[in-house]
Parts: sequence; structure tokens; C-alpha cells
Amino acid sequence: MTSPSISEAAAAQPPARRFRASLRRQLVGFAYTIPTLIFILVFFLTPLVLVAKMSLSKYGLLTGDEGFNFPKNYVSIWRNQLFWPSVWFTVQYTVLVTVLLLGIGLGLALLVQTVSRWSGVLRTVFLLPVSVGLAAASLLAYGFYSPAIGPISPPLEALGLIDGPIPFLSSSFAALLSTTFLVVWKFAGFYMLILTVGLQGIPDDLYEAAALDGATPWKLFRHITLPLLRPSLSLATILCVTGSLLAFDQFFILTKGAPDNTTVTAVQVIYREAFQRQNLGTAAALSIIVLIVLVLINLLQFRFLRGSERD
Amino acid sequence: MRLSKLTKLAAAIGVLASIAGPVLAQDGLGVDDGTQLTLWTRAATQVRVDQLVQAYNASHKNQVTATYVVTDDYQTKIGAAAAANGLPDLFSADVVFMPNWTSAGLFTDITDRINAMPNIDKVAPAGIDVATWDGKKYGMPFIADLSVWMWNKKLYKQAGLDPEKGPTTLQEFADQARAVAKLGGDVHGTYFGGNCGGCNAFTWFPIAWADGETIMNPEGTEAHFNSDEWKSIFKIFRDMVADGTVMMPESKDEAGPTWTAYFPKGVIGIQPMPATQISSLVGNGLEDADIGVAPIAGLTGGQSTFVGGDDIGISRDSTKADAAWNFIAWVQSEEAQVEVVAKYGNVLTRTDLGDNKYITDPRVKLFNTIGAKGQTPLGKNFGATFNDPQGPWIVTFRDAVFGDGANLEANNQAMTDSLSE
Repeated sequence: MTSPSISEAAAAQPPARRFRASLRRQLVGFAYTIPTLIFILVFFLTPLVLVAKMSLSKYGLLTGDEGFNFPKNYVSIWRNQLFWPSVWFTVQYTVLVTVLLLGIGLGLALLVQTVSRWSGVLRTVFLLPVSVGLAAASLLAYGFYSPAIGPISPPLEALGLIDGPIPFLSSSFAALLSTTFLVVWKFAGFYMLILTVGLQGIPDDLYEAAALDGATPWKLFRHITLPLLRPSLSLATILCVTGSLLAFDQFFILTKGAPDNTTVTAVQVIYREAFQRQNLGTAAALSIIVLIVLVLINLLQFRFLRGSERD
Repeated sequence: MRLSKLTKLAAAIGVLASIAGPVLAQDGLGVDDGTQLTLWTRAATQVRVDQLVQAYNASHKNQVTATYVVTDDYQTKIGAAAAANGLPDLFSADVVFMPNWTSAGLFTDITDRINAMPNIDKVAPAGIDVATWDGKKYGMPFIADLSVWMWNKKLYKQAGLDPEKGPTTLQEFADQARAVAKLGGDVHGTYFGGNCGGCNAFTWFPIAWADGETIMNPEGTEAHFNSDEWKSIFKIFRDMVADGTVMMPESKDEAGPTWTAYFPKGVIGIQPMPATQISSLVGNGLEDADIGVAPIAGLTGGQSTFVGGDDIGISRDSTKADAAWNFIAWVQSEEAQVEVVAKYGNVLTRTDLGDNKYITDPRVKLFNTIGAKGQTPLGKNFGATFNDPQGPWIVTFRDAVFGDGANLEANNQAMTDSLSE
């Protein structure tokens, strides 16, 4: 004898009872989300509304709300000589960091994927920098790069390989590369972890079948690994792009925007408006603009992610 | 109607208190009745504030608890506390931020207390001027620091210069730096914070002041860096960069953290330094006897200094103003100035106590007399204009010293716009 399935049992109930049962299930489901809803309401939506309101007012750091002044804060963004170059610099940094982090992260994930006695050690070594705070890592890098106290140049000078200290932060390009190196060192292990999980989700029999058909390692990577890794790669891309567009700590500590304001990120401009120029209204308007841009970029990426899942 | 015994007692206490209150406060020194006071200050001045707080707590019933805030976060912390009406009883401010904070009403008006203070005419006036806004006084000098020129006597001797004779004009400064730079190797003529607005405000502004010139109008709303004076000052530094007298590229990249790190290594001929660092300079490559000190001079002579450091005031949120004032007034006492500030070799905020048993080093004596010839610039937007890493002052001097100065007019206008905002 076979027992009726749940859907058969539900179908056998009269419509009114079925509706009540469905409603109860929905209410129970809703109740489970209440703690998260409260969290989002208090720590995300409320501050968001406050920032939006602040962006419509003349709001000094020390003087508080001095009244509605829309659209002055938003108009001032167009005249801000620092903002648009900072947006362009942030985009350049984001592209560079995303390409490097995903490439190196994938390389490391492939390296530690195979089970060997070294893979556990390597995974730990690659993941260790992730446990260091970004501000602490930036201070560490500042010490290493400093011509006054850094340990890199003196031994090279003693060996006669260089004439003077290596100018790690002297030019815009050098500062960008030095900061990117720090960020790649710090986060490559994190992206390795995400991509390793993705790699482990690919069934081995696909590789075996393709290998039997005579596929080369490159073809295996190109036609099996990459397509099936796209969800993980998309997630990693979203995290990397969002994190890089919001870059602040590393540049604030390493370059402070130098030389000649060529390494100023968008968030640094927001910080400067809020705490150097003490203008919370303009800082809030800038935050709203950055938020809108981030939402748009993430929507595009989600569309790409969904597209890849349909493929 | 008969008054109860309790009511009579309360009335008597009230009358006594109304008489005793003014008696306690009329000497201008506030009250010392065991009040617990909170004090915030920036970490940069921690050692010196700690010395004062410990001495005060040891000799008074009032007890001050000091909180030291990371220097870079201090402005943010004060701003957030002001917005939440949560300021401590007492807090200090870098003198260049005082106008910004007094104009925003963060301090209690203490004009009457300051005016009633004994020996008020002996307190460094620059520290009170910078805390004055719209004719009302909001603060007093707390921790004093000055900028001076320091040279390395050992390197001067090697370069054939008189090790006992420092420069008396900016041109002499450049000539002597150039002579030391010729020694070559690891030795350089001079060093400055080429990417540090605060460093160069602190050490270059006095050059113009020594010549009787200005950096801003008295209101602090108009920049004067397009003057002939400033064009000449920038040119002297530009020439020193061009001929290798300045340590490059380190100087061009110096954002502040290692601004004073090279001089103690004994590889710099002469450079402007904070006076209070003299006691901590001796180390690898530099002996105390090798450090010469001269006042900062102008193009044509004269002497001046940037009277920097911190002021202190009573916050607008404090309900313990009488006790808080007792601490501020005590800082200016002979006991605090001589037995704490002078004892530890620091710059006094009283102009009449420089001659005391602790100050025997002629260099420290110089620090305590040069203050009278110095200035503290006053401007509501001083920090955003001169200290901000993205501010217009850094752009101005970098263009004028590392570039050709072609944008000086436009950059000066950008500074005026920032100051007058």
C-alpha cells in the first residue's frame, strides 16, 4: 500500500481549508524573517533614509541640520574638481584589481584543488593574509614601502642593484601598482576559497567522459571548468567590483591621495567632504550617487549571472 | 506662617552657599571640591598632557580622567560627540582648528573667567587670540610647540661651515644647506614634507612673518601666496630641489609620518623642526652637542615662529564649569609651568617664567623667548585649506616648488575660495 503524497492530500482538502493552511504557512514563513527584517530596518533602511534626508539639507558636521537646500548639494557635485577624477581613478583601480584578483584567485584554486599532502598547507598559506585587517595590512605595507624606514631598499642598495630607494609611492602609476599589490596579497586567498568551492561542485565524471573522448587539459578547462564555474566567478566578480569601488582604507593610509591628488578614490572624496570640509549634506549626496551607481552595476552583474545559469 | 526647622536650615545653607560661591570663585581659579572631570585630547600630545594631569590629580581634590584619541580621528570624534551633545567637560584642540570649533559653539564662553585671572597678562597671548571668536574668549593655551631651524654641527664642520653659526636669512639657510649637500654620499642639504600641508604651514609661514609679510588677511578669508615675498620664498626652495640640495625623491613624497625621521639619522645638514622634539632627536648618527638651533628667519632677516600646539576649553555640554576652569587656570600656574612643563624640557605657555632652575640649555631658553615673536594663523577654514591632504595649499606649494609655479595665481585663488567658503 502506498500513502498519498502531500500535494495529493492538499488537493483533496476543500478550497477554504486549503487557503487557510496556505495562509498559515505564509505567516509562519513571514514570522521567521522578522528578526532579519528588524535588522535591515534598523541598520540599513533607517540610516539610508537619514542619509537621503541629509543629502537634501545644509548639514554641517558641527552645526547640524540648517534646513532644506535641495538641489544645492547635488549641484555642487558637478563642480567638485576632485570627484570626477576620483571616479575615473576608482574605475581604473577596480578593473585592475578585479582582473588580477580573479585571475590569481582562480590560479591558486586550481593549484590547491588536487589532493596532495601539500594542498592543505598551501591553502592555509594563501588564506593567511585574509585574516589581517585591511588597515593593519596597509600600515604594514606603508612601513615596507617607506624610503625612511622600509627594509626593501637598503639591502638592494648595499648589493649595488639600485642607486636609491625604490619610489614605491612617488608617481600615480607606482602608487596604484603598490596599492594593488597589497590588495592582491591580502585578498587573493579569499577569492581562491570561493572558486575552490565552485571547482569542487563540478562532477568528476564530466572530466572523465571528456578525457575518454580525447579532450586536452586546455579544452577541459575551457569547455567544462569555466562554464560550470561561472556562478562562482560571477559571485566573486560582484564582491570584487563592489569592494574595489568602495576602496578607502588602503589609499587613505598608503597614499592619502598623493601624488597631486591622483590616487583619490570616490569614498575618499566623501570622507573629505564629511570630516575635512565638515559638510555632511554634500557627503550624503555623494554617498547617494555612489549607492545608485553600485546598485546599477550589481543589477547588470546579476543579469549576467542569471544569463549564465540559463546557459 | 512659621517656617519649619528644615526649611530654615535649607534657607541658611542657601544663603551661605550664595556667599561662599563667589568667595570660592572670586580668586579666578574656579573650585576644587572633588569633582570628577573628563578630558579629551589628541594622542600626539599624550605624553605632555599626561604629565600635567598626573600632577594636577596628585595636588587637587578634583580628579581629571584623560582620554587620548588617535590624532587623525580626533576631529571626527569631536564632531560626532558635538552632534550627540556628548562632549567631555574639557577638551583640547590643535590651535589651527580652534576658530572652526569656537565659531561652531563647541566651547563655553569663559571671557569673564579669563579676564579675572591673576597674571593673565603673562599668558602667551597668541593662545588666547586663537580661541577668541566674535570678541568672546573660549580657550587658553595648553600645550605649546614652536617651529625652529635645527642644523647638524658635525656636518657643518665637515662642509667647512662655522658649526656655531646658523643662518639669519632664508638665503643663508639655502647656502649652508647647499654646502652640506656637496659632501655627497648619504648626506643631503635639507629635507621637508613635500606632500604634507601641515608640516610646511608650520615651518614656512614664519619665513614670511619674519619679513613682516602675511599669509592671509586678518580675518583668515583671503590668501596672500601670490605676493612677491612668497614668489621669492618658493623660488629659493625650487632652486634647492633643482640642484639636489633637497633630499629627493623622499622629500617630494613625504606626507608627514617620517617628516622628522631623517634629521636624527645625522644625514641632513639643516631643516625646520618642531622645537619640542629636541629631547628625542639624539640617537644613531646624532649627538645632543651636534644640534644647533636658530630662529626661523625671513628673506631679509628678522625672526619668527609658528606658535602651535593645543588650546584647551570647557565644552558647551559640561555642567561642571567651575571645577573644569580650576584645571585650566592651574595649567597657567607657576607650579604647573615650572615643576611640570619646564621640568620635562618643554615650551612654557607663560612668558615670564622662562628663567627658571630647569631651563639651563640655551636652545630651550631660545624656544621660550622666540614665542613672543611668533604668530598663530587664524582662519575658520584653516584645516580644510592648509592641513587637508587634498586641500589647495599642498597643490600650491607642490606646483611652486616641484613645478614652475605657473599656476600660482589660480592656486592662490583656490585657497581664497576655500578660506572664504
